[in-house]
Parts: sequence; structure tokens; C-alpha cells
Amino acid sequence: MRHLLSTKDLSREAAIRLLDIAEDMADVQNREVKKLPTLRGKTVVNLFFEDSTRTRISFEAAAKRLSADVINFSAKGSSVSKGESLKDTAQTLQAMGADGVVIRHQASGAPFTLATSGWIDAGVINAGDGMHEHPTQALLDAFTMRRRLHGAASRGKALDGVAVTIVGDILHSRVARSNVWLLNTLGAEVTLVAPPTLVPVDTSSWPVTVGYDLDAAIDDGVPDVLMMLRIQGERMHAAFFPSEREYARTWGLDDERLARLADDTIVMHPGPMNRGLEISAAAADSPRSTVREQVANGVSIRMAALYLLLAGEEEN
Amino acid sequence: MSESFLIAGATLPDGSRADLLIEDGTVVELGASVSATDATRVDADGLIALPGLVDLHTHLREPGYEQSETVLTGTRAAAAGGYTAVFAMANTSPVSDTAGVVEQVLSLGEAAGYATVRPIGAVTVGLGGEQLAELGAMAASRAQVRVFSDDGFCVSDPMLMRRALEYVKAFDGVIAQHAQEPRLTQGAQMNEGVLSGELGLAGWPAVAEESIIARDVLLAEHVGSRLHVCHVSTAGSVEVIRWAKSRGIRVTAEVTPHHLLLTEDLVRGYDARYKVNPPLRTRDDVEALREALVDGTIDIVATDHAPHPVEAKDTEWDAAANGMVGLESALSVVHAALVADGRLDWADVARVMSSKPAEIGSLAGYADGLVVGAPANLTLYDPEASRSFSTEDLAGKGVNSPYLGLELPGRVLHTFHQGRRTVADGTVVDVAEVARA
Repeated sequence: MRHLLSTKDLSREAAIRLLDIAEDMADVQNREVKKLPTLRGKTVVNLFFEDSTRTRISFEAAAKRLSADVINFSAKGSSVSKGESLKDTAQTLQAMGADGVVIRHQASGAPFTLATSGWIDAGVINAGDGMHEHPTQALLDAFTMRRRLHGAASRGKALDGVAVTIVGDILHSRVARSNVWLLNTLGAEVTLVAPPTLVPVDTSSWPVTVGYDLDAAIDDGVPDVLMMLRIQGERMHAAFFPSEREYARTWGLDDERLARLADDTIVMHPGPMNRGLEISAAAADSPRSTVREQVANGVSIRMAALYLLLAGEEEN
Repeated sequence: MSESFLIAGATLPDGSRADLLIEDGTVVELGASVSATDATRVDADGLIALPGLVDLHTHLREPGYEQSETVLTGTRAAAAGGYTAVFAMANTSPVSDTAGVVEQVLSLGEAAGYATVRPIGAVTVGLGGEQLAELGAMAASRAQVRVFSDDGFCVSDPMLMRRALEYVKAFDGVIAQHAQEPRLTQGAQMNEGVLSGELGLAGWPAVAEESIIARDVLLAEHVGSRLHVCHVSTAGSVEVIRWAKSRGIRVTAEVTPHHLLLTEDLVRGYDARYKVNPPLRTRDDVEALREALVDGTIDIVATDHAPHPVEAKDTEWDAAANGMVGLESALSVVHAALVADGRLDWADVARVMSSKPAEIGSLAGYADGLVVGAPANLTLYDPEASRSFSTEDLAGKGVNSPYLGLELPGRVLHTFHQGRRTVADGTVVDVAEVARA
């Protein structure tokens, strides 16, 4: 694997292979010594143009557990805030000998541009670009679902027939997009539930069912997985919805809806959560919730991705 | 006395074959076998003689953005594309919103000599959309401005648009509207549709263009004024304009070469060369625009030539500038889009790229095409040529062409502006030679 830019262009085989390697990585996390020597001598740069402590430290932990040297490059207070272009930043990293670049950028497509422009030789991992994709999040979500469903027998399995309902701000969500493509590739059946204002204007080519009614999705759809997305309160100022209260009442997973879920339905959230807005405290902390597992699994997935990008080269 | 030219054996737009004699900047003879011993002979066998092309929508960038283009380099690009007149958009710095600035642009064009430069005046002060610029002063200036536009920005305030339409009636002016509802296109990055949803780029919905055009044609009808719609890009806009024309509303419209050929699918690779405003649309839109140009709903082709320095495009999509260069490629693109399959003939091309844009812009000398007594503005085009379009084909400062590497038909071999040769054997004539002539 040269780069990991999106789940849209990830084949079923490649996705399952990555999930399986993440299982191996997860096993390592249960050992007394969590560190592998695999990427010793390799340099991974976390190039973050957007603040995201959670994703950055997850990648940092993943790289360090593979013994890579990690450089954190945050746009704030760096030359980037002084107007340096993406191209010049990339060429600076190239000159410093970066083997892998983990990029988070507010512009959709920036990781693609970085990977295809010829500015840099390093492997590129998309850690979230604008409203486009966040592939490692979707992979860790799939990994989490697979583990909940199959436990120790997860290796080699896909998610065929699993009903996944994603609720919230689909329009602005790279997490939703990456999940839609990956879950479809893995055979899951995806339903999107959101206010009509927060669904892209045309999803006719998306492999999903779109609905506006969360209650119907819970009662009639009987999802295996209910994934709640973070809603930004500021969205109401652009008239996407009238108020946080109305949003929570209509599209939030409150205690009453939580009680109506089927026994084996799991509740997911990519974090950070707005407790009381899109998800109630009881839902977030219930045994159904995979929120903390998702964080732990994130490190395993990112180790697998870094391994495939950077250790795979030596095999060639 | 300037150099005389005998253009021998050219094919005229109507398909007939003729020799043309050019003396003192005028077509003095036109016929089957013209002879002139002291004229420079230009063998035009197999070449189509088109009247000099007129671009109603060019960004020459000077004053203020000389790193992108100057009047000199932009008119060299024009000549390379067969153009002999360009209307220079007002989004310069300072903005072309006073008589002083438009006269400066006019003078720069006269000094360069490659093409007639007709400045377009801003509708509002500083393109700010709040206060009318001194339209009358610009009209009365030596630049004789007749076309006014805030291009790049929409005159979105309906009251201001109404007043502007009314005011320019005093000197038979026209408002050229960049139709883009600003609130519906905040942060917009590409055509809104299934692809924008997938790519995660903020959408530029067709309705943001169509709603402004609908409003403006109704305003033009109400006050009896002349409206010109810049760079029409959607099938819905075509329908609105067709309706307006059927009601007798005085509206004209332009389409760019790129909207006649390219679709939004090119955005998929996030290559900022394809970032343009209005954005590339769908295959259905392209087909509707072609039909509209053929049936006359859309009157003209205008390039929206928008040069940018390399760094403005060598970047992530959101940060990239909007716009494409288009003067050098326009004729070949129209050839590929509509002449190749026979929907337009060369007489139609002469109409939509020369006489009609000149008429809309109140530019004299182009009404009758290539006739005896007309100013010698013409271009000789080889319709049988074919080339992989490259930076070698570009003559301005900008290399932000969406056609690089594409196979395009035809080639401009010679261009004459007011009897002076600006392109010879496919090469733009030397700056000093054109300025001296």
C-alpha cells in the first residue's frame, strides 16, 4: 500500500487485510512490552493543519509503538500560519527525510494533492480532510463492529448483512463518508438519518438508505449498530436546524430512545461527544457503547496502516 | 504607409474562396484574383479567413496584478487565439471604476497594438456592491465604456441592479451580470451535485445562477433596459434566458469555451487547474449550452480568460484561485465542441465570436465581417491542423490552461489587427514590431 487516502478506493481484500493486521497489533497491546521494532529508523511526521489532539496522539502512539521516530508538525505557530504553502511545507518535510506523512487538513483533497503532486516521496495517510474522508476512523469503526460481533474469531471476516445506522451531520462529516464507502465494501447495509438540511443535496449514487426519522430507524430498522455523529452547535447559525434543543429532541439518542434499542444493538460515537446533545450520558456510558473501545482500537488500526505503508516498502 | 498584404486563396466563412488585399488598415479589395505587386503575399490556401475575433470577457489584470498578466501579454494571448479586440474586465487594482483607470487601460492597449482593448467599467465603486460607480464619466471618457460589470462579484442587491440597468440607458450601455447569488454560494468550491457530496467540496448550486438571471431578466423587462449575462453555465439558466427572449426582453448571454467542453468530472483529482467560477457542470449542462449556442438562445462565446501565477494553482483545492486562461485555445475548443460535428459552420463562428460580441459591446467595425471597406481585422485558421495543446501554444503569462495535453483541432496561423500582422506563421509577432507598426 503506497498511501491511505480514502476508503472509497479500498478493495474488500485490502480492507480485511488491514483489519486483520490491526488484530495482530491489538494482540501486541496486551503484552507487557507493547513496542515492536518494525519501523525503527523510519520517520513519521504528523502534519496537522487542523487542531485534533485525539487523532494526533492516536497516530503518535501508533508510530511510537512501532519504534518510528515521530515529528509533530502543527500549523499553529509554525511557518504555515505565516502563509507558507502546502507545497513548501511538503518539500521541507521531504528535505528532512520523512518516510510517512500523516496529514489532517481543513481542505478536502489536500492529502490527495500531497500524495499525487510529486512534492514528496513519503507515504501519505489521510487523517481527515475537510468534508471528504477520514479513512482510519472508518477502519477503526469497522474493526470495533467486527470485534463486537465476532470477538476472537474476527480475523478474515467482513460485515455482511450488518445493519448500520449513522445519525447526524452527514453533510459536513468525513467520518460518515468514509464509513459509507467502507461499510458498503464490507457488505453492511447502511442507513443515514439526519435533518434534510444536513444530508448532501444528491446522494442518489450512494449505497445507502436515507431517512429523516430517528424513531422509525430505531423501531422499524432495528439496527445492529447505531452510530451517532458529533453535531456542531454553530450549525444552527447557518439555519441547518433551529436550536440545539430541537436537534437533541429530534435526532439525539436520549434515554428514552436508548431504552427502545434492541438488546444487541451497539452504540458508537467517533468522539468527541456532546453529551446531552447528540447522545445522552446514559447512552455514552452504557455497556452498549463502544466509545472507549473505539479509541483503543484506533491505535491498532493506525499501527496497521503505518505498517502497511512503511514496512511494506522493504518487501518490494 | 503601413505594410500591405495580399491574402491569397483564403476560404471565407461562407465557404467561398477569395483573395483579400489589405492596405492602410482596411480591406480594399476582395475577389477571385486580386493582384498587388508591392503587397506582402500570404498564402492562405486551405485556410479559413475569419473576421477578427472579439472577446467580451477578458481579464487583463493590469493595473494591479501584473504578476498574472498585463495588457501587453494578455493581448499577445488574444492575438495568438485569433482575437483582434478584447473587453477588459474591471476587477483590477485600482478597480476600473473611474474614467482615469479605464483611460489608462485603453492607452496601454493602444501602445501594445496587438488588439483593440475596450475597458469594461465597474458597476459599483470598488466592486463593493453598494454605490454606483461613475458610469456616465466612464461612458464619456476617451475609453467610451459601454459595458459595465462587477464580474467576479454579482450585483446582488436588486435595487442597485435595477438602478444600474436604468442608468446606462442614457448612453446605450449594458450591464454584464456575473449571476451568482452570494448567500447560496458561500465558500462554494464546485458544482453542487452528487460529485460534490462525494468529494466533500462545498457546492455551488445551479439555482444560485438561475435565480439571479430570472430576477435580472424581469428587472430588465420592467425598466426596458439591456442585460447581458456572463458565462452562463447551467441548463436551467438556458431555459430562463429562452423564456426571457421569447417575451422580447432585451437580454444577451455568453458561454465560455470551457463550459462548452469540460465537465465537473475533472474535479475528481482535485487538480486546481479545473477550478473556475462558475464551476464546471454536468454533461447535461454542457449539452444544453451547446444547443443554446446553436439555436441562438446564447448569443456569443466569451473566454473569461483568467490568468493566474503558478503558485495560485499549485496548491490544495480550497486555497486555489478560480479561473482558466482561454484566449489562445477558444477557437479550437469551439471547433472541437460544435464545428467538428457540423452543428455550427464557420459563418456561425464568425457571428458568435466576432460580429455579435462587437454588437453587444458597441464596438464598431465588425458588423459586416470581411467586406471591402471594413477595418482589416482578421485571422487565418487552419481547420485541418491538430495539436496536443501545450504551454508552447500559450502566449500570455498564465499557464493555467485546462487543455494542456489535450488533442485540439485547428490552429491560428496569422492574425491581423487594423491591417498590422500580430501573428505570422503561427508565431506571435515581436513586441517592438507590433508597437512600431
